[in-house]
Amino acid sequence: MRYIPNSPDERAEMLRQIGVDSIENLFDSIPEGLRLRGPLAVPAALSELELLKKFDAMAVHNEAARRISFLGGGAYSHYSPTIVDHLISRSEFFTAYTPYQPEISQGTLQAIFEFQTLVCQLTGMDIANASMYDGSTAMAEAVLMAERVTRRSKVIASSAIHPEYLQVAHTYVQHAGIELQHSAYSTETGATPADSFTGLDDKTAAVVVQSPNFLGCVEDVQALADKAHAVGALLIVVVTEAISFGLLKPPGACGADIVVAEGQSFGVPLSFGGPYVGLFATREKYARQIPGRLVGEAFDAKGRRGYVLTLATREQHIRREKATSNICTNEGLIALAATIYLETMGPRGIEEVAKQCAQKAHYAARRISEVEGFSLPFSAPFFNEFVVSGPGEAASVLARLASERGIDGGIALSRYDPRRPNDFLVCVTETNTREQIDQLVEGLNALTR
Amino acid sequence: MANVPDNLHYSKDHEWVRVEGDTAVVGITDHAQEQLGDVVYVELPKVGESFPAHESFGSVESVKAVSEIFTPISGVITEVNDSLNDEPEKVNKDPYGEGWMIKMTMNAAGEVDSLLTAAEYEDFTKAEE
Amino acid sequence: MITKVTTHISPNEQLIFERSQPGRAGFSLPPLDVDETPLEEIIPREFQRDDALAGMPEVSEVDVIRHFTRISTWNYSIDLGMYPLGSCTMKYNSRLNEKVARIAGFANLHPLAAEAEAQGALEVIYELQQHLAEITGLPGISLQPAAGAHGEMTGIMIIRAFIDARDGKEKSAQRRTMLIPDSAHGTNPASAHLSGFTVKTIKSTAEGLTDLDHLRELCAHGNVAGLMLTNPNTLGLFERNIREICDIVHDAGGLVYMDGANMNALVGVARPGDMGVDVIHLNLHKTFSTPHGGGGPGSGPCCCTKELEPFLPVPRVVTTGTYPIFKLDFNYPQSIGRVKAFYGNYGMMLRALAYILTHGRDGLREATEAAVLNARYIAHGLVSDYEKPFAGAPMHEVVFTDKRQARKGVHTLDIAKRLIDYGFHPMTIYFPLIVSGAMLIEPTESVGHQELDQFIEAMRAIAQEALEDPELVLNAPHSTRIGRLDEAAAARKPVLRWKPAPAESHATATQS
Repeated sequence: MRYIPNSPDERAEMLRQIGVDSIENLFDSIPEGLRLRGPLAVPAALSELELLKKFDAMAVHNEAARRISFLGGGAYSHYSPTIVDHLISRSEFFTAYTPYQPEISQGTLQAIFEFQTLVCQLTGMDIANASMYDGSTAMAEAVLMAERVTRRSKVIASSAIHPEYLQVAHTYVQHAGIELQHSAYSTETGATPADSFTGLDDKTAAVVVQSPNFLGCVEDVQALADKAHAVGALLIVVVTEAISFGLLKPPGACGADIVVAEGQSFGVPLSFGGPYVGLFATREKYARQIPGRLVGEAFDAKGRRGYVLTLATREQHIRREKATSNICTNEGLIALAATIYLETMGPRGIEEVAKQCAQKAHYAARRISEVEGFSLPFSAPFFNEFVVSGPGEAASVLARLASERGIDGGIALSRYDPRRPNDFLVCVTETNTREQIDQLVEGLNALTR
Repeated sequence: MANVPDNLHYSKDHEWVRVEGDTAVVGITDHAQEQLGDVVYVELPKVGESFPAHESFGSVESVKAVSEIFTPISGVITEVNDSLNDEPEKVNKDPYGEGWMIKMTMNAAGEVDSLLTAAEYEDFTKAEE
Repeated sequence: MITKVTTHISPNEQLIFERSQPGRAGFSLPPLDVDETPLEEIIPREFQRDDALAGMPEVSEVDVIRHFTRISTWNYSIDLGMYPLGSCTMKYNSRLNEKVARIAGFANLHPLAAEAEAQGALEVIYELQQHLAEITGLPGISLQPAAGAHGEMTGIMIIRAFIDARDGKEKSAQRRTMLIPDSAHGTNPASAHLSGFTVKTIKSTAEGLTDLDHLRELCAHGNVAGLMLTNPNTLGLFERNIREICDIVHDAGGLVYMDGANMNALVGVARPGDMGVDVIHLNLHKTFSTPHGGGGPGSGPCCCTKELEPFLPVPRVVTTGTYPIFKLDFNYPQSIGRVKAFYGNYGMMLRALAYILTHGRDGLREATEAAVLNARYIAHGLVSDYEKPFAGAPMHEVVFTDKRQARKGVHTLDIAKRLIDYGFHPMTIYFPLIVSGAMLIEPTESVGHQELDQFIEAMRAIAQEALEDPELVLNAPHSTRIGRLDEAAAARKPVLRWKPAPAESHATATQS
């Protein structure tokens, strides 16, 4: 096996040196009856050539990866500068472990410190952690944190949050003594009105809202924050399309207490849903309640600046069952990709991407709404995703659009909500050209004639 | 060798009590701070909270450990040492002085008598080692 | 003052924010190709950002390349040498697997694409599930968990759901104790707590194995939901009574969860499913060599018995007799629910499948044999100079302590830091917690015997230094860009982000 340096002869010599008779004897502490008698039923080894052929052949069956795409809903197709993948492929980054030994991990530690800073700048918050698994688990952890901070047990989440995020939150809190309630979004605006949080009272730990929400609509975060704070609850804001930070007022400037986001938009490939990276930011006063790793500035005896993992007493390896979270491994390399992306794009680049997304999405929405039988059911402002109501079952129109025109035109909402059979969610980013948008419009028009 | 002043009462959880009139001043011993190492954070209760004896009223954190701290006697918190928020290192530097943690009323005057004397506490820490 | 461009091969490099120059840019985008709508008509002004993203760095592409290339040289990495972190399994990360993960047909695939148009991606998941089922001997699998602790949480929630279903809610409420050995990872109790269990600790014997009498005693209370066990345990020892342990727990009405962090000692040699284990998580970023990336991403598949399968997270990837062959199945009413959006860390699944197929059935076993042999070789080489607290033959990792060196005031931390000067990444230190001054060494199969010899020699030299010149060890490392950092000061007044310096003190930003 070419990944194993010691040859069989060298291994035989090592065995001789340590006084063990045979390889099999290395496993003497495993009772004989528990040891496998034959080889595993796994195929024989493939050579490099054979392996690549096999994967290439499987990849061919992913037609969707080659289509013009208007899919969003928590995973977005954005341009990623070439240097992002190049830099994260440096072995000093991708073959390093968690930076437990700061003297020989400063590259990773400084990069995380920059990541934490960038997340604060984007969200308008005081502090951020070194990353969570993804946006959905970050939201669930935010709910658990709100319970710790307030010592209250009810959490009310907008029903316009990504349905899969709500499902994850439900799984996380089901044994934590937290009651997760939902407030309805307005079927007219598509946003979550502040007065829809009917269960809000002095037992409420947090109000959770996504903006732009799953339907693409921008929420009035400040109004929701005021509503939550009036009863002493926290406001948790979730963002799945992180490019929106380039255009929309940061949640931190609208009263949010915890901001979580999916960072996939920052240069991370779609990769069928992962690995992505969860962003987690909060107020300084909650530093000791935040889940996950934190990197902080430190100095050595000669006054030289460096970075270390800090406030570790919150974490599982010290506080065990009383830890703020069970998270250990996070999404280090993906956080690095996001860091490189953000630093390469810079403030003007992020603004430009956000602007192009919004402009192209509004162009697309306008054009689609001009097609007979299609309309935009919601009136609230949107960023780069919007719901379209079609004349027939959305799922079948979209399937035909894919097979006949090579366009993935959106996500049928019936996937998550059977009450919306004719609606679909369209996402437009800077990667979609006007020509593609026009093809989508033409396709919808032709297929519903 | 850890400092164990004669005029204080001690608990087996390594807290000390100084009686000042009706009030008990509580902190952790020199021995305890040595065991913990550099203290980086002290979590203390709110004024007005009431505790039975031998109940956890907060925690002391070093870089890589957390230890709960326990009330040596029962009572109501009348004052907490807020300066430890900014300077937790006082617990290391001056555990019996500036590093004090809480002041509490004494529910039963005799309660402190059940605690260890300096000599008994010294024997206790030796036996623990 | 003359500022040098670089002082040496490992130059000082500021934070990118301190390098920022207004007007620099590193991006290029095509011009907007649609008719522009006034921004206020799109987003009301009060919802718009008005801080111009102040503070974010403005740098050129070259600046970014140099910045990250420079700071990367401050990292130790597997490609540089042995990374003997016990319980972390830092093995070689194949470039071939990286190439596979970047094939456009996978990398550009949206997770909500129609199933019929993502058959290749689903096939990869299905095939990996099959292989992991064979390797663990446990047929029910979900690849959704994103890391080991996440897989652990999933596994424990499955146990909870199973007991709730078996006993009914009321009786199940009496069964809320999770047993965890004192040598366990901190993630175990944290995960158990998340699932609503109270943790009780089982003692280890003087031999370093689970204390069966204590286990029986705890099980006799009748409230035990399960046991979380790492095997081989975190002392590197195989729990040879594993069958009996499982029987005791099962007889008491509980289930056995195995932490699969140490599967690198077992693949191709023995299977948890054959030992009586009910549910296990794997770490694809350990045993199956997906890169650890400076702290992730990981992937923590959860594997379980047929009996527990209905409780696995949804959706599950299954085959159908008809086209499309692979599909997402959401129809498991007893499922614990979803633990992550979409299907897990898919890029890691591609790499792990490539690892398994590259090794094949013989290579998988060969890797296990080589890993265990390397650990035994180190155990043999160090036993004369360091205290080995347990006599048993270790599997893929071995624990030593600083007991002999401590007499001279040299502790585990000092030995670890001195090892850096010898060109090695330190081992895992102060874990497991039950061993005072623990040094847990896991070489993996990815090290040749010359490097093992160098490591052993370095450790012996440090033992000698501890006797003759303890100060040398106490002040280590001597060869790195920075020395030991004041972690207490960092934790007292945490600085967790960069902020612009007040204008007058701008000059302090440059270090020479």
